[in-house]
Amino acid sequence: MAQAALSARGKSGWLGSRLARREALIGYIFISPWLIGFIVFLAGPILASAFLSFTQYKPGLSPVWVGFANYTRMFGDDLFYHSLRVTSVYTLISVPLGLIVALALAMLLNQKVPGQRFFRTVFYMPSLISGVAVAIVFAWIFNTRYGIVNYAISLLGLTGPSWLADPDWTLYAFVLMSLWAVGGTVVIFIAALQGVPVALYEAAELDGATGWRKFWHITLPMISPVILFALITGVIATFQTFSVAYIITNGGPANASLFYLLYLYRNAFSWFEMGYASALAWLLFLIIAICSGILLRSSDMWVHYEGLGKK
Amino acid sequence: MAAAATPSPRTRHSANWLARTAVRAGLTYGLLLAFGALFLLPFLWAITSSLREQGAGVRLPPQFLPTEFHFENYPKVFELIPFARFFRNSVIVTSIAVFGELLSASFVAFGFARMRFPGRNFLFVLLLTTMMIPYPVTMIPSFILWVRGLNMVNTFGPLTLPAFFGPAFSIFLLRQFFMTINTELDEAAKVDGANEFRIYWQIILPLAKPALATIAIFSFIANWNDFLTPLIYLSDSNLYTLALGINFLRNFRGGGELSYQMAATVMFVTPCIIIYFLSQRFVIEGIVTTGLKG
Repeated sequence: MAQAALSARGKSGWLGSRLARREALIGYIFISPWLIGFIVFLAGPILASAFLSFTQYKPGLSPVWVGFANYTRMFGDDLFYHSLRVTSVYTLISVPLGLIVALALAMLLNQKVPGQRFFRTVFYMPSLISGVAVAIVFAWIFNTRYGIVNYAISLLGLTGPSWLADPDWTLYAFVLMSLWAVGGTVVIFIAALQGVPVALYEAAELDGATGWRKFWHITLPMISPVILFALITGVIATFQTFSVAYIITNGGPANASLFYLLYLYRNAFSWFEMGYASALAWLLFLIIAICSGILLRSSDMWVHYEGLGKK
Repeated sequence: MAAAATPSPRTRHSANWLARTAVRAGLTYGLLLAFGALFLLPFLWAITSSLREQGAGVRLPPQFLPTEFHFENYPKVFELIPFARFFRNSVIVTSIAVFGELLSASFVAFGFARMRFPGRNFLFVLLLTTMMIPYPVTMIPSFILWVRGLNMVNTFGPLTLPAFFGPAFSIFLLRQFFMTINTELDEAAKVDGANEFRIYWQIILPLAKPALATIAIFSFIANWNDFLTPLIYLSDSNLYTLALGINFLRNFRGGGELSYQMAATVMFVTPCIIIYFLSQRFVIEGIVTTGLKG
């Protein structure tokens, strides 16, 4: 990963402070686009967002300082709780499930079967069209009466649920949709699996280890850093679910798909409660940071880094 | 390039082992075919549905196989919505954003990879940290900045200009790539009197074509599919990108027809698919080497 391999190069060009100053100046010129962008599009807005979260602000009017009112308001806001719950449940189901499916597919692809490249492409292709196109296609596919999912279920002699019209089922429809886009993770997992030294498996086989034990004691530990990466990026992404819910159900039915970001969007751009929306954004930031922090801290217990000694 | 599988040097094959291997291969293949079919199904269904007659969306039982070929659905989409204009808007926005990202990210990455200056490591860690910041946190002040500060609502500015200020992930990726390029070439060019800007432009950039291609593809796909940013900044439907446009079709002007929606969707995703296939090698290698999630 990000190795700070900065040292081992051209020491001969390092002649004196005048040259060093010149190099530093040119260095700053090179990074200036990012530095300007960082200040204008990131640091500035973040500070502004922190400020706005303590105000009542509607575009066109001056922000009015309200202290912690926006934050205390959340405690009494049922829709806030609801959207947080919807998003958390969705994250708790779709992220682990996505990892399991991605790992299963990667392990299947990692067997030496003919057409491996073809299957890899097939699994990766849906990742190219995230967003609107997925939403429009799946809105039809999950249609209660006319959709092919329920038609397939009816062929088995069962009656499919009203996926996108039944509050109890909507989130599961979204989970299934999210599984269609696991291709990116599959590709990362394949790379990780190919990095596991064959010698480890052979040594285990000599010791009489079976498939399951090899998976549990070699494969999983060896690819655990990549699992951690996929877990964290997955949580960050699912907490920001928006387009699909906005397009297909717009939060419904009965707010069953009122994802956090959708609720935030409504506060900001439908009701122009930009102060409250900023507070919601900061809380989202905090939640994501805490989740990532917990995952990183917990990784000491389950992530195996080769070269750092055996656990 | 196909993923290089390392052959395991097995030498002694008992009959039992061979039988187990055969069963395993069969099982693997069966599962791959089943999953492959599941993953392909929505694509195939969208294509066959785009060619059905009007009213096919509410026909029972729903059909899957290609039995009808109403190719006129495709030109019909151009009548229902200003598809060509939306398409043009998407092309403009996406190409400007991709160009800006390639230019600025490579420029900044060169600074981080090749120049020594005080605070470089700190700034690089800062850059990595910014990748963790969720978009919603900056969404509202950015909106105020573009709309009230720069008066650029209903322009492509908010969709394209930020790309010129070095998107963090691409900088990171290119910096990692530049670090792998031998500095001997730089040194030789320096001896010949080339300054850093020429080294960046004439030596490093040409060598970084594979990495630049990877970034171009990811940037293209991200910008082409982006829904939230145009949704926030574009209210004038003349400026809609395709992502907004096909959602617009869905909600207005008799666009409730399955076949028209699917025809529009197929046309919307085709550029991404084409670009992916033209450069599949770069994309997969790019993901493998960087751990990027698509």
